[in-house]
Amino acid sequence: MDYSQFSAMIPELIVLGIFILVFLFDTFASESARKADGMLTTVLFGLGTVAICFTGCLPQECFGGMYVCNSVSFALKCILNIGVFIVLVQSLQWTDSEDMKMRRGEFYELLLATLFGMYLMISARHFLLFVIGLETASLPLAALIAFNKKHYESNEAAAKYIMTAVFSSAVLMMGLSFVYGLSGGSLYYNDVAAAVANGEMSGMLIVALAFVLAGIGFKLSLVPFHLWTADVYQGAPTSVTSYLSVISKGSAAFAFFVIFVQAFGAVYPEAWEWMLYGIIILTITVGNLFAIRQKNMKRFMAFSSVSQAGYIMLGVIAANAIGMTSMLFYILVYIFSNLGAFGVIQAIGNKSGKLNMDDYKGLHKSNPWLAFAMTLAMFSLAGIPPFAGFFSKILIFTSVTASNSMALYMLVLIALINTIISLYYYLLVVKAMWIAPEDPVVPAFRSACSERFGMWICVAGIVFIGLVSPIYGWLSEMSNLDASQLFAWLG
Amino acid sequence: MYSMDLGILWYLVPSVLMFACGVYGFVTRKNLIAILVSLELMLNAADLNFVAFNRYLFPGQMEGMVFTLFAIAIAAAETAIAIAIIINVYRAVGNTDINEISKMKF
Repeated sequence: MDYSQFSAMIPELIVLGIFILVFLFDTFASESARKADGMLTTVLFGLGTVAICFTGCLPQECFGGMYVCNSVSFALKCILNIGVFIVLVQSLQWTDSEDMKMRRGEFYELLLATLFGMYLMISARHFLLFVIGLETASLPLAALIAFNKKHYESNEAAAKYIMTAVFSSAVLMMGLSFVYGLSGGSLYYNDVAAAVANGEMSGMLIVALAFVLAGIGFKLSLVPFHLWTADVYQGAPTSVTSYLSVISKGSAAFAFFVIFVQAFGAVYPEAWEWMLYGIIILTITVGNLFAIRQKNMKRFMAFSSVSQAGYIMLGVIAANAIGMTSMLFYILVYIFSNLGAFGVIQAIGNKSGKLNMDDYKGLHKSNPWLAFAMTLAMFSLAGIPPFAGFFSKILIFTSVTASNSMALYMLVLIALINTIISLYYYLLVVKAMWIAPEDPVVPAFRSACSERFGMWICVAGIVFIGLVSPIYGWLSEMSNLDASQLFAWLG
Repeated sequence: MYSMDLGILWYLVPSVLMFACGVYGFVTRKNLIAILVSLELMLNAADLNFVAFNRYLFPGQMEGMVFTLFAIAIAAAETAIAIAIIINVYRAVGNTDINEISKMKF
């Protein structure tokens, strides 16, 4: 065996190294030293992020092609790393509480373990490695959701999550077994693609695709597989919710893109374009309509993230290099906007335990900076011009219209109408904070240093990412490098 | 005489039936443990499919068998976590009936 292949796995190895260090520190350090668990992880992870972003990657295939290191997956890993860093910074205050004393280290260990799984999932080019990555990502998440074990909601959310997660992976594996039957005995994406391209359309292929779509759709909370989302988001600790809504969704969306475009690209118009078409319309619309009537902020963000997942999927149905680029860009912007909103929710929740939209009334009188950060995040999620969300939406719409098909134009039109609907409910939050005449419910307080740091990163991201064009150019360059490999089988 | 050569359908049809039973159980059962049993049925149906395809269609290779081995290990890990969570729920609520753990609603 050639051990130099491991040098292609630098991001994974760094995450694994930090995991081991934190684990050893948490096991052997004295009780007073263990207070520094969170700080240690955050600092190490920040250094690791910088190291990953600057080492770059040498495109190569390892382990017989099971794992690839290419520019697109590398770019996504950098983006996710930034997101996880912000999540870690924002969670510092919460893990500092007395209640978390014994379990502080475990939180960080489980978080890093899921991140490791997501990296494998992103880089996998073989269905076995993909399934292992997916499970490594979703099983520790169940434990994280159950983390507030003294709170009843956390337990209920975890039970709902683990049952749907196992159900979805069973459906996924059933679909993969049919894919295996069709593929000529190999589960490499490229071999599957060749078999699908040479074989003829059959009912079995449609069933297999539908099962795989459903399996990954559960992880991405696409409608009609979204029913767990609201309850799990509400019950989980807020740090875990923010992690679940951006990092887990971003990596699953990318894996979805690679599987459908690379492995099933040959049957794009016949088999999965129309499936995805219906699912995207349903996801965006249902997510929006349910978000309107939510009162709890975390449930509200859950339905908002369902509809945002629909927008991310627009990049998949576009199935071209611009689609890949704008999907990465959308994920980056989505990380900053969503984490900004969750940062505010978490700061207020930690201080006063209030989570309802009505509690945000008059927030600008007591905590103007929190209200400011929340407003920017909402503007960005809704896609109001000077902020990053506007640019990510424009780019993803452009990618869908690139193929000049009438049906896809209609899809963009529906997505546009939904953007207007979403404006209404995002602005409800803004209205509660700035316009509602009531006296503030949440008293004035100074949020912790780490929380403010996290929020400032998000605010800077929201304001600048859209305006700073090199980021999009860089992502575009990265996806063009791999375009020949990714879109080889597309008709 | 009994023939040792059963066709592939003798494996695929039971496996699809098993999967359907699992889905049915998942939807109708009210006890968390019973739901978990249904989920196991579904996972095992997928494993059976893999092994049958490997044995009948691609007898010269091992890919399906290897996938099944990993899938069994993954299923075991899933069950372990699910049981741990069910125990937590039991401590919080006092039973494992899903009607008791649906306090979060629209």
